[in-house]
Amino acid sequence: MKTLKFIVFLALALILLVSALGCQPQQAGPVTVRVLTMEQAGPTVDEMNAIVAEFNKANPNVKVEIEYVSYDALHDKITTAMAAKPPAYDVFLVDDIWYAEFAKAGYILDVTDRITKDMRDKIFKAAWDITTVNGKVYGMPWLLDQKYFYYNEKLLNEAGFSEPPKTWDELVEQAKVIKEKGIVEYPIVWSWGQYEAAICDWVTLLYGNGGRLVDESGKPAFNDAIGVKTLSWMLQTIDESITNPASVSYVEEDVRNVFSQGKAVFATNWVYMYDLVNFNTEQSQVTGQIKMALMPAFGGSGVESATINGSMGFSVAATSPNTDAAWKYVEYLTSEDVQNRYSAHLLPIWETSFQGENLEKLKGYTPANATTVPMFSAQFPYAHVRPKVPYYPEASKALQLALQEALTKQKSPQQALDDAAAKWVELAK
Amino acid sequence: MRRKLSLSQQDALLGLALIFPSLVIILGISLQPILSTLYLSLFETSRGIEAQRTFVGLGNYANLLTDAVFWVTIGRTLYFTIVSVGLELVLGLAIAQLIHSHPPGWQFLRTSLIIPWAVPTIVNGTMWRWIYNADYGALNGLLYQLGLIDKYIPWLTQPTTAMNLVILADIWHSVPFIALILQAALATLPADLEEAAAVDGANALQRFLFIRLPLLRPAILVALVIRTVEAFRVFDIIYVITNGGPAFGTVTISYLTYLESFSFGHVGRGSALSFLISLFTLIMAFLYIRVLYRPEEQ
Repeated sequence: MKTLKFIVFLALALILLVSALGCQPQQAGPVTVRVLTMEQAGPTVDEMNAIVAEFNKANPNVKVEIEYVSYDALHDKITTAMAAKPPAYDVFLVDDIWYAEFAKAGYILDVTDRITKDMRDKIFKAAWDITTVNGKVYGMPWLLDQKYFYYNEKLLNEAGFSEPPKTWDELVEQAKVIKEKGIVEYPIVWSWGQYEAAICDWVTLLYGNGGRLVDESGKPAFNDAIGVKTLSWMLQTIDESITNPASVSYVEEDVRNVFSQGKAVFATNWVYMYDLVNFNTEQSQVTGQIKMALMPAFGGSGVESATINGSMGFSVAATSPNTDAAWKYVEYLTSEDVQNRYSAHLLPIWETSFQGENLEKLKGYTPANATTVPMFSAQFPYAHVRPKVPYYPEASKALQLALQEALTKQKSPQQALDDAAAKWVELAK
Repeated sequence: MRRKLSLSQQDALLGLALIFPSLVIILGISLQPILSTLYLSLFETSRGIEAQRTFVGLGNYANLLTDAVFWVTIGRTLYFTIVSVGLELVLGLAIAQLIHSHPPGWQFLRTSLIIPWAVPTIVNGTMWRWIYNADYGALNGLLYQLGLIDKYIPWLTQPTTAMNLVILADIWHSVPFIALILQAALATLPADLEEAAAVDGANALQRFLFIRLPLLRPAILVALVIRTVEAFRVFDIIYVITNGGPAFGTVTISYLTYLESFSFGHVGRGSALSFLISLFTLIMAFLYIRVLYRPEEQ
């Protein structure tokens, strides 16, 4: 009995001690910076962990702890974390489309004064647009990404074609031959599931047809004749079994898995897929067969190419008690040196990395870079951003619903898009 | 003059004093969040560090109750609840009977039943998402090997199919729970009643319907109430398998609440939804008790 009482007493004392320590505002020793990022369509966990280890070694007074979630959980995890004081994370990855919302909510630190002239001059202008809201900078751009067009050259050659399609119409023609010859059942696979991924593919096709999401005044324009034609085309490719019908439930990782098994000849995806599909023999059965090409557009639209700008930045929580240490890590993570060395699954935001001798060096950092670096420069002028509005998540969900309703034949493309447009107008009020 | 407390009053006071600390904790954990949700549901709140709150009274409720999306979602949630709990009860009862008849290896069967129930729902969801995958999922593989399909089927691409497949995943996970409760109840039933009935000439079906089932009623009630409330609030399995898709076909009321509060930042509307969910589950539990609970049998 006596020992039991003693153990209980010890346990209680320990709990009290720990809670007392936890209440102290500043502890001795390194300050902890908690980072929230995603495990999806970007650097691998190993790469991100390696960067953290480097940073922690070089900065003994700061200890970075990193956590990963899927892209689709990221937004909601951030908004939940920010409800606590101090917030559950000091640094988090923010998608292009959330900056307006988070800046308005006061979640992210205004870092305009922390941006050095060196950063301003050497980083792509388009990159700063990602993290800038109403003239103020709210974070460091980090992932300059866009969707690329991938094709399996070996399978395409087997079908008798030596060149990838330049237009979506040409893709349909090639796909029909591929099907006739029985090379694959469904020549192209997309990420049209009820996620942001569907919007990304839709924007790519819509702008490739000469359409647009919103007009100059910010009003929805995607339900015009071009929008309806584009959505009808998507539906038709499903009906003709050119598009893998499971695309309606897929995200990017599903696309990568199907493409890695040689079950599709064409796919669209972010830059990270190239290295994994073409060089990673553990995860891909089609290594060495994959090429990238300029994203096709629709014939007769007058558009040469169009894709989605899916860039992201790292921001510091405005209510974090350790903003300086947090910003130090963000600076390190996005520095030219780190970005160059870890460029296999994302490319640097630094324009200087793409210039002169640096370009040759950048191409040599990883096997994938020889292809992805020139491809980035060729494709990026055609990348389109989504509207920067505070109500984006709700607007996006309405558009996702519309696309899905049309693709599953619950509504006609016109009806579905009209309904989504009406929702966008209502949200803007 | 102070009247002396009777012995039983003293006992009651002592009892109250003793449960007071735990009462405070329980009320703090369960009542406080409910009350603060109720409070929040009376406001329209903007998202942010310095959130603006506007008092709207019952406005959030009025908006919801006149919104077609809300009622469609309730209907979908009821479909999920009724089909999954109904099938779970039938299957659970069948399995409980099977175990109760002590076939060879019944102990092993009973133990292995725990496995699906022990798998966390999020893991269960991930597993079924893989199983249902159209291009490399086990379901297509199995059906193809058996010669039942000549072509892989894209399972999660139609709203009704997707809903039924989510229900299947939920059934797999929850049948063991009902089976174990009913099996435990069966084990405590007196055998003499059935024996007497058998002597009187009742056949197996009659014995089951008129003796065993009525005796099982309290256990069935417990299992049904717990499972119905759980099923009505289903969230994680849907979040993982379909993300509410395709075309909102698997958006249940909890999922809608999640979207409103966390994705869209409508804290007031989300709180109103949460409160309505509690109300609905309360009504269902009440109905069950009215229909199934007969105190005179106790």
